[in-house]
Amino acid sequence: MSTLDTVSEETVNLPMVSLSPMDRVRLARDPQRPGTLDYIAELFSDFVELHGDRTFGDDGALIGGLATFRNRSVLVLGHQGGSNTRENLARNFGMPKPEGFRKARRLMRHAEKFRLPIITFIDTSGADPGIGSEERGQGTAIAESLLQMVGLRVPIICVVIGEGGSGGALAISLGDRLLMLENAVYAVASPEACAAILWKDSSFASEAAETMRVTAADLQRFGIIDELIAEPVPAHEAPREIISAVGQRIAVHLETLLDTVDMGDPESVEAMLRERYGKFRAIGAWHES
Amino acid sequence: MRSFFQRQGKFRPRSSDEATGDSAIPEDMWVKCPKCGELIYSKELDHNDRVCPKCGHHFRLNARERIAFLTDEGSFVEWDACIQPEDPLEFVDPKGAYAEKLASTQEKTGEIESLITGLGRIEDRPIVIAVTEFAFMGASMGSVWGEKLTRAIERATQDGLPVLTVNASGGARMHEGLFSLMQMAKTVAAFDRLGRARLPHFSLLIDPCFGGVTASYATVADVILAEPGALIGFAGQRVIEQVTKQKLPPDFQTAEFQLDHGMIDLIVERALLRSTVATLIDHHAPAPVPFRPEDNGYDAAGAGRLGDASSRVPGDTSHAPVQHTASWPPEG
Repeated sequence: MSTLDTVSEETVNLPMVSLSPMDRVRLARDPQRPGTLDYIAELFSDFVELHGDRTFGDDGALIGGLATFRNRSVLVLGHQGGSNTRENLARNFGMPKPEGFRKARRLMRHAEKFRLPIITFIDTSGADPGIGSEERGQGTAIAESLLQMVGLRVPIICVVIGEGGSGGALAISLGDRLLMLENAVYAVASPEACAAILWKDSSFASEAAETMRVTAADLQRFGIIDELIAEPVPAHEAPREIISAVGQRIAVHLETLLDTVDMGDPESVEAMLRERYGKFRAIGAWHES
Repeated sequence: MRSFFQRQGKFRPRSSDEATGDSAIPEDMWVKCPKCGELIYSKELDHNDRVCPKCGHHFRLNARERIAFLTDEGSFVEWDACIQPEDPLEFVDPKGAYAEKLASTQEKTGEIESLITGLGRIEDRPIVIAVTEFAFMGASMGSVWGEKLTRAIERATQDGLPVLTVNASGGARMHEGLFSLMQMAKTVAAFDRLGRARLPHFSLLIDPCFGGVTASYATVADVILAEPGALIGFAGQRVIEQVTKQKLPPDFQTAEFQLDHGMIDLIVERALLRSTVATLIDHHAPAPVPFRPEDNGYDAAGAGRLGDASSRVPGDTSHAPVQHTASWPPEG
């Protein structure tokens, strides 16, 4: 099994197609990989972080606020872990608790009220599996966020920049566009959890990652993501270039959406919501016998 | 399509309580209650809606038993039974290919997938029903579940019918990868439209309900019911113990725990389930006589008419209101 270090050295010169799915899982989780705060710092100005769910607390693992993107005020939301132990403890390793999802929901309603487009960055190993999170309704908090996003009357662009871990990732990725970096992954369960259940041994994570089809290329082939953003080198080795490329693609999609949707015109908003519905309505693999 | 009675007769799966019961006891005659240990004559258990007469433990019902119990006799018509699962990932684990696992599970359970949908009547009120089958790969949610449920919700929205979902689940189905995860978004989106048509969704959480189903439509219903003692949560208990290294409280994630924490509306004993759902349907139907429609928010003319509302005669007392269904305040 290749280690992270060998992957990092090799990938500078190797075409990225030679990476195994588990290599990409490791790249997606690399602590040096740019996170939501790096994207906010590079792509946005006038960022004002807004805290708290107004019910229980604030959650450092899911952050959000108002910011300017290409001369336009938007709401930006994203998961944020830490690059060292101290930060990770403060941010719960990027695993949101119910108050994080409820803060996101509050901020999304805020964006809707003031007709601000929403940009979300997905980068989490999953929702927090703790006792307190269960007591405060982790499942309900995620479900409420999904329900909110389905009908939200402003354009939503979601970008998977690192690890897209199950329900905690999905909770802020139900939008009009789903973009994904080449070395990001998005999975229904972590490869380790899948291996622990089906292989009875989490050390078979590589095998699980292979068969779970977690890479951006797989998800593009399945039609689940709208666009794969190329990473000629891993994002942590050329953070400015990659972040800038992501910014370009967000700008293109936002412009397209704002050209077709007039947030002040109910008919136009309904058309956007019909398209959003159709996008998720169409996902599935089944046949009729 | 084979009728449900034929299928039930031929393939009727054992409920998991029975399957894991003490093998020394002839399981056809006597059943041991897993909660109080009482030996119960199985016919007596059946007559008591499969609730232990001594301690009130609710035995699990499989999907067909649940539908037969819930709906008026002969009223249930199954929908979309011909929707078959696929193996888009070509998923393989140590036990083999997912495609083979599907075939053997279909053989074993007599079901095509883990969710059954259709139209039935509860105390004479038409309602769209979706019931999970836990014996089918732990009632995991995949593409077929999402498609069948979405179709059912869309039909309910179109025809002005309420929806009852009965939810046990181990979560999203790993073998279908992100297709499974996306069914959470798809079903929530369909329920959003049902809600916008002012049609109610009642969700009944039964033992055990976890993962992607708890984190999607099952917990954003208009009314959330649960059976006594059902385990309901997002993360599984083993995972929580491994991650937190903490000992879990004794009633952790039970229906009673969820009621205590404000996550569900009501715990309903099985004997009161049909009448409770019937009363809820009535409460969410448009008023028989429009009363100042400009004030109450109803569009008296159209969208949101609940099924056969005209059959409800004002003053009809044949469906007496439920007197006591909640276990709140907690006893003892």
